[in-house]
Amino acid sequence: MNDILAGLAAALRLIVTLDAELVEISLRSLQVSLTALLIASTIAIPFGTLLAVQRFRFRRSVIAVLNALMGLPPVVVGLIVYLMLSRSGPFGVLGLLFTPTAMIIAQVIIISPLIASITHQAMRELWAEYHDLLISLHATKRQRIATLIWDGRRNLLTAALAGFGRAIGEVGAIMIVGGNIDHATRVLTTAIALETGKGDFALALGLGFVLIALALLINLGIHALSGTEREGRW
Amino acid sequence: MTRVFTLTAALFLSTAAMAEEMRMAVTTSFENSGLADVLLPAIKADLDIDLQLLVVGTGQAIKLGEAGDVDAILVHSKAAETAFVASGHGTHRREIMYNDFVILGPTADPAAIAQDTKVVDAMQRIAAAQPAFVSRGDNSGTHLAELALWKAADLDAAGFGDWYHATGSGMGAALNTAAGLNAYILADRASWLNFGNKADLALLFAGDPMLFNQYAYLPVNPQKQPHVRNDLAMKLEAWLVGPHAKALINGYSINDEPLFVFNATDP
Amino acid sequence: MAGLLPLTLTDAVVRRNGKTLMGPVSLTLGGEGITIIIGPNGSGKTTLLRAMHGLERLSGGAADWALPAHEANIRQAYVFQSPIVLRRTVLANLRFPLDLLGTPRSVANAAAVAWAQRIGLGRALDTQAARLSGGERQKLALARALIREPEVLFLDEPSANLDGRSTREIEALLQQCQAAGTRIIMATHDMGQARRLAADAIFMLSGHIHEKGPAEAFFGASRTPELIAFLNGDIVE
Ligand SMILES: Nc1ncnc2c1ncn2[C@@H]1O[C@H](COP(=O)(O)OP(=O)(O)O)[C@@H](O)[C@H]1O
Ligand SMILES: [Mg+2]
Repeated sequence: MNDILAGLAAALRLIVTLDAELVEISLRSLQVSLTALLIASTIAIPFGTLLAVQRFRFRRSVIAVLNALMGLPPVVVGLIVYLMLSRSGPFGVLGLLFTPTAMIIAQVIIISPLIASITHQAMRELWAEYHDLLISLHATKRQRIATLIWDGRRNLLTAALAGFGRAIGEVGAIMIVGGNIDHATRVLTTAIALETGKGDFALALGLGFVLIALALLINLGIHALSGTEREGRW
Repeated sequence: MTRVFTLTAALFLSTAAMAEEMRMAVTTSFENSGLADVLLPAIKADLDIDLQLLVVGTGQAIKLGEAGDVDAILVHSKAAETAFVASGHGTHRREIMYNDFVILGPTADPAAIAQDTKVVDAMQRIAAAQPAFVSRGDNSGTHLAELALWKAADLDAAGFGDWYHATGSGMGAALNTAAGLNAYILADRASWLNFGNKADLALLFAGDPMLFNQYAYLPVNPQKQPHVRNDLAMKLEAWLVGPHAKALINGYSINDEPLFVFNATDP
Repeated sequence: MAGLLPLTLTDAVVRRNGKTLMGPVSLTLGGEGITIIIGPNGSGKTTLLRAMHGLERLSGGAADWALPAHEANIRQAYVFQSPIVLRRTVLANLRFPLDLLGTPRSVANAAAVAWAQRIGLGRALDTQAARLSGGERQKLALARALIREPEVLFLDEPSANLDGRSTREIEALLQQCQAAGTRIIMATHDMGQARRLAADAIFMLSGHIHEKGPAEAFFGASRTPELIAFLNGDIVE
C-alpha cells in the first residue's frame, strides 16, 4: 500500500513539475504509438473490410490466421524485427535498429492484426445489413468498402483505440528493437521497466500512472471529438 | 492530427540535427551504478558526442558488437572480451576501471558467510547450507563471474538443486527477485548501493581480490563492420583514459562510498 | 434511348443447398404498367423478384434484358421488404445512389431535397434515418430507389407492415411513377392493393408460376381452383 501511495505521489510530482524527462518520453511514446496506429489503421482497416466484403478461396484461412496473429507474442515480433534490422540482418543497411522507426515497425506488426480482426468483425455485421442494397445499386468494390468504412466508423474507432492501447502499453518488442536508449528510444513503458530494475518502484509506478492517464486522455479525447456528431448511434 | 505530426517531426528532427551520435553497449551493472549519468554529459560537453547506451548483459553486448549494431562495447568479462578481439570483431581491448562484486543475503545470514575472509569459503558455505540463491543466469559478466567463483570453490552450479534460482534477468530484476525471496546473490557494489528495494538484504561479504571486476572498452572493428563510427569510438577511448574521465570515475561515490577505481594505463 | 425491356426469363431456376427454391420459370415482361406478384408465403415471390433483378444467381436458365447486363443494371431499382436504411441522415440516404454514380454534390443534394419533400420528409433532412418510423423508412427506401429515375422498379411487399395512410401514400407515389413511364413489378400480400394497382398479375405457387394474365381476367374469371381459393382468402399450399 505504501508503495502505491509513493507511486501516486511520484506521479503527481512528475506531472506538477512538468518534469522535462517525463515530457520527453511521454511525447516519444505518443509519437511512436500514434504513428504506428496511423500506419496500422491505413493497412488494417481496408484489409479487414475487404475480408468482410470479398469472397475468395482462402478467406476462411486468412481470417483464422489473422485471429491467430492477434495473439502474436510481442517479444517474438521484437526479436524477429531485431534480427531483420540488425546490421547483420537483411535490412541492416537501412540503419534502423535502435531508432523510433524500428519501434514503429514492431508496433505496426503487433497491432495490425488486432485492428484488422476487430474491423472484420464489425464490418461483417454491417455488410450483412447493407449487402443487398449495395449489390442492387451496383456499387463497385471500392465503393462498397468505402461505404462500410464510413458508416462503420464508430466501430472502427473502437478497433483503432484497442490498437492504440496495445501499442502504447507494449514493452517487450520495443525494448528489444529500440534498446531503451536515453534521449533516443526511451518511452514510458521501457522507462518503467528500467526503474523497476533499479528497484525504484515509486518512480516506476509514477510513470505507470502517467501512462494510464495518457491512454485515458487519448481515449476520452477521441471519443469527445467523434461525439460532436450528436445524432449518431454507437 | 496535424499537430501530432508537427510534434513528431520536431522530435525526429531535433534528434537528427544535434551532435554526432555514437552507440555503445554497456552492462546493466554499469548503467545501474549511475556512473553513466555523470560521464555522458561530460562526454557531450568535451567531445560533442551523443553517446547512446544500450544497456544489456555482457553476452548480448558482445553479440551487438559482432553484428555491428553498436560502435563499441564496455563490459566486464575478460575471457569473452579476449575472444571478441581474437575473432576480429573488436580492434583491441582497453582496461578502463574496476569495481568489485559483493555477496548479499538475508540480514540473519543463515549460511554464516560474514565470518569468512576468502570468497571460496563463502561459496562453499552457501552450497552446503543451500539457502535460496539467485543467479543472473543471463551470460552477463556478473553471471560469468559468479560461475567462476563456484568453480574456484570446486563446485558446479549446474548440479545445484531447487535452492539455486537462475533467473535469466538483468542485475536490477535479479536483485528484485533476491529481495523477494530473501536470497543470497552476487552483485556488483555499484548496483547494490544504487538499488532502491533492499528489503531484508544486507551486504554480507566483500573485499577478496577475487571479487575484482575489471571493465574494459572494446571498439568494434571497422574492417568487419564498415559502417561503424570507429572515429568516434577512438575519440571516446582517448577521453575515457584521459584525466577528466579519471577524475570523474574516481570521484564518483554513493553515500560517501567510492564505487570505481580508474586503472587505465597507456597501451 | 434503347429500352431495357422486355425482360425474358428462360427456364430460370434458383437452387440453394441442393433445394430448388424457384423454377424453372419462363416469363416475358414487356410493355408498361404495374405487374403484381401474389402467392402464399414461401411460394417464391421474393426469389423471383431477386432473380429478375440479378440479386439471386441462377442455377439454371437465363434472365435477359434487351440491353447488355452492365447497362441494364443501372436502370433498375429494388425496394426490399424490410427497408435497408444506411446509418446516415435522411439526406445522405437519398443522395447515396447518385453519389455512387459520381453525380455532382449540388445536383445530388437538390434531387435528394426534392424527393424528401415529395415523401413528406422535407423537414427531417438531417435526422438519422435509423430514427424514422417504419412507414417513413419505407418511403425513404422508395424515394432512394426512384432517385436514379429507373426504367424498371421492383418492390417486395413495400407496405407489408404499414398502416392504411402510409400504404395510400406509397400507392399514390407508385401510380405517379407508373404514369411517368416507370415499369413496376411488385410482390404483395394485400389483395386490395393487388386489385387497385395491377395491370397484369402473376400467381406464384411452390416456386412456380401457377397462373398469370391481365388484371381483369386474373381477378375476374380465374381459371385454376388454387387461384380462386387464394383470392377468396382460403389457405393454399
Ligand atoms: N436464403 C435461403 N436459404 C434457403 N431457403 C430459402 C432462402 N430464402 C428463401 N428460402 C426458401 O425459398 C422459398 C421461397 O421463398 P421466398 O421467395 O422468400 O417466398 P415468398 O417471398 O413468396 O414468401 C421458401 O421455401 C423459403 O423458405
Ligand atoms: Mg417474400
